[in-house]
Amino acid sequence: MQSETKRVEYILATDVGSTTTKARFFKWNGKRYQYVASGEAPTTVEKPYEDVTLGLKNSIKEIEDLTGYRILDERGRIIVPSNSGKGVDIYVSTSSAGGGLQMIVLGVIKIITAESAQRAALGAGAIVMDTISLDDGRTDYDRIETLQTLRPDIILLSGGTDGGTISHVLSLAEYIKSADPKPRLGTGYRLPILYCGNKDAREHIRNILAEKFDLYFVSNIRPKIDVENTEEARVAIHSLFMEHVMSHAPGYPKLMEMTSAPIMPTPAGEGKMMQLLAKQYNVNLLGVGLGGATTNIYSVYDGKFVRTVSANLGMSYSISNVMASVGVDKIMRWIPFELDEREFRNIVANKMIRPTTIPQTLEELAIEHAIAREAIRAGFTHHKTLARELKGVHRALGLEALYQRVEEETYIKMINVDLIVGTGGLLSHAPRRVQSMAILIDAFLPEGITRIFQDSVFMMPHLGVLSTVHEQAAIEIFEHDCVLKLGTVIAPKGEVHDGEKVLELVLTKKDGEIIRRTYEADNLDIIPLAEDEEASVELKPSRNLDVGCGPGKRVETKIYGGVVGIVIDTRGRPINFPLEAGRKKIIKWFSQLRMYPEDILNKWR
Amino acid sequence: MDSISRTAYAYTPGIKIKFSEVIQKVRKLPIPGKVKVSLGEEVKAEDVIASTEMPSVPEILNAALMLGVEPEELQEYVKKKVGEKTRKGEIVAEYKALGGLIKKTVVAPFDGEIVDVSTVTGQIVLRRPPTLVDLKAYIPGKIVEIIPDFGAVVETRGAIVQGIFGLGGEKVGNLRISVNSETEPLTESMISEEDENKIIVGGSYTTYDVLKKANKIGVAGIIVGGVDQIDIVKFLSRELGVAITGKEPGLTLIITEGFGKMNMSKRAFELLKKFDGFKCSINGQTQIRAGVIRPEIIIPHSLKMEDSGKEGGDEGITIGTPVRIIRRPYFGKVGRVLALPSELMEIETESRVRVLEVTLEDGKKVVVPRANVEILTI
Repeated sequence: MQSETKRVEYILATDVGSTTTKARFFKWNGKRYQYVASGEAPTTVEKPYEDVTLGLKNSIKEIEDLTGYRILDERGRIIVPSNSGKGVDIYVSTSSAGGGLQMIVLGVIKIITAESAQRAALGAGAIVMDTISLDDGRTDYDRIETLQTLRPDIILLSGGTDGGTISHVLSLAEYIKSADPKPRLGTGYRLPILYCGNKDAREHIRNILAEKFDLYFVSNIRPKIDVENTEEARVAIHSLFMEHVMSHAPGYPKLMEMTSAPIMPTPAGEGKMMQLLAKQYNVNLLGVGLGGATTNIYSVYDGKFVRTVSANLGMSYSISNVMASVGVDKIMRWIPFELDEREFRNIVANKMIRPTTIPQTLEELAIEHAIAREAIRAGFTHHKTLARELKGVHRALGLEALYQRVEEETYIKMINVDLIVGTGGLLSHAPRRVQSMAILIDAFLPEGITRIFQDSVFMMPHLGVLSTVHEQAAIEIFEHDCVLKLGTVIAPKGEVHDGEKVLELVLTKKDGEIIRRTYEADNLDIIPLAEDEEASVELKPSRNLDVGCGPGKRVETKIYGGVVGIVIDTRGRPINFPLEAGRKKIIKWFSQLRMYPEDILNKWR
Repeated sequence: MDSISRTAYAYTPGIKIKFSEVIQKVRKLPIPGKVKVSLGEEVKAEDVIASTEMPSVPEILNAALMLGVEPEELQEYVKKKVGEKTRKGEIVAEYKALGGLIKKTVVAPFDGEIVDVSTVTGQIVLRRPPTLVDLKAYIPGKIVEIIPDFGAVVETRGAIVQGIFGLGGEKVGNLRISVNSETEPLTESMISEEDENKIIVGGSYTTYDVLKKANKIGVAGIIVGGVDQIDIVKFLSRELGVAITGKEPGLTLIITEGFGKMNMSKRAFELLKKFDGFKCSINGQTQIRAGVIRPEIIIPHSLKMEDSGKEGGDEGITIGTPVRIIRRPYFGKVGRVLALPSELMEIETESRVRVLEVTLEDGKKVVVPRANVEILTI
């Protein structure tokens, strides 16, 4: 391994996204691996360029243009390994083009096996197109029609504990058999079905499904009611993704030949780095990958890792769907200037049909930032429905009671989240870093003291896949060039009222400088504290507010800076949006954070 | 580490506007069926190319449960074999005990066919009669390839214009240019009863009221530069989420430029104008994501004319390349590339991006992100 590491000088990693292909170029600088340059080009899935490798080459040409270093040969192929000052030694890629990996999952009971199956599919970086269970309230007809209409890449079938009843999971198999669903990428191959249910039903499942489908078996994801085992299913999904899905997407066979390691779904690459961060800092982490077609949310909470991919929530292809899902009003409340709903809708829809364009005016930038807040928030709401304790452990209640049980809340408590991390085109490309920090704060509404990081130039998926072939390079680049510490947010939890004093702060910097501030409700403030600086802070919240130790309790702790600094957010939780004068309030907050140029904010006032 | 992001982008290919080219359409059934044409045959747009019987969605009857027997015993009580037809109300399974004193039955809820009897789950699967599907040629032309059991490839020579977004499926009708220029909106007074089954070309814009009236009259299609998104939502009676369309009932709508009031590109309008009264085939189907599908207008013709049009993006962007700006503040403006600075430049948003300078048609020089232009065919 050591000698191999020495040979690697140049590394190219790409993410073939649904909208944009992002190439990142890294090199060994004699001391460590470092990020050198980026190249981006529209992903080529549209005729006449229905071959992802064309967009890939365009993105690499951008790097060649910027660095003067040659990576492609005369025929447009990536030169591997490097020689005589050209080419790269490793080329790896992630991909979410083609809509990523799309799956349908089935389980007997919605909140037990179907939920575990969802977690397994999402954990593998898939988009779950639909979840079918016997208690989902649909008729047989609806379920079969759904299976017939949606064209998934893979079906995940679960149900039953080992040794338990088999008839229910066999009913699910009968639905699949009756519907005879076809794979998304053509009729030239059989749809893969992964069975991860009661092992005693395997023979019957084989009898029902083996004739028409490519059937695979892995261990039960719920071998016992109180045990969830998604890992084997996750690994199997990943390998099916490579064998069955990627090999049928336009241009992918060529891409697969080029790479030094298997192509990874983008959320899988991102998730790997999120987990690494949580481990490095030993914290509870929330992460978001805000993409063009999907919003991926990650949580590492008390050691549990959960990943969700919200299909159809995103900033380009899916931008109109964010508007359709959360409602126009919820987005427009974040827009700091007067805008007619008709015009707003046109702007959003035009982004959807021209997904590779970028905002040129500050108005359009602010609109995209408004949508980003709500896309992340909607993605996080989805995430919380899966970041829950295992359901169904109280067997004494019986199935009937389970059907009627009110779904319990997530185990994620914002006051216990130590770190929030953002990645994805919009966040990484935000012109002012405070913009991405504010978007993350407004979307996740952190409570107490929370650090905020972002991916500097969107390379977390790249490093995730790189770590599978060259861990050292991935970690070095991650630590030095990828993770950008934006700062820390201090946000008292609880309801606040206009004009009341809510927080006293004493911040002591390493050089002895002491900052004392008293805050009224409904304000934002920034105290500069550099990326590598730490300070001690004493916080005295008012009686009903909590900054980490309980309502009204004083907190003394260390606090860390960032390129933005320390943000104090006394808007309360939840944030109170008045119907009247809402825009004034938004402008006040944006001005306090210096989100946009002051002259523009004045114009909007 | 700097506090400003670095980005570099490449170009976006333009949409297709061609006066004349060989157009091939693959006409394929979703499932195998009977192909009704032969190689070399000339077909009309309305001719049926292939037919099949689309199986309907099956329904499951929990027969063992209804009879009170074990699933593995079910076969003993089933009165019909797999593949056999059933009539509504007909007994498909029956359980009798105590000389008929206890009797439980499973009856067919509709006319159909038994497709499966499972002794594992105890279920009987029934299916309604299949629906006959006729696949039409959609464009007139010659059959140049037979796809056994599935369909054929039809070839024609004609003009083709792609739109950016559409609603509704395949339609065939005569083109009628209703406006004098690409800047004129299509209004209610421009449509009358005589427009039934016609494909109306508007200019810059149309509204919900016009769409509603046209739909009532039975207009086959509307082609226009832009429509407000909210009017489409009103017309569909639902929010427009992802741009995957084509199955909407009623008229087919093709937007060539985008949402809002937008002059149709002069080239597209001038081309369509040449074919006023011609029979054409249109499809509003749109899929804006992998495997992108854009709406299309196909006008078969045998007119001869020099065609200088090239596929947008063939050679990338160079100095002099004609481009159209596809985002505000210059949305819809057309011009030629004046300069391609390789270094990143700061734009109004404070982003540092790759840009290009464009001389607009009115001589004004503007700087725009490279991501915000598309190559224009001339």
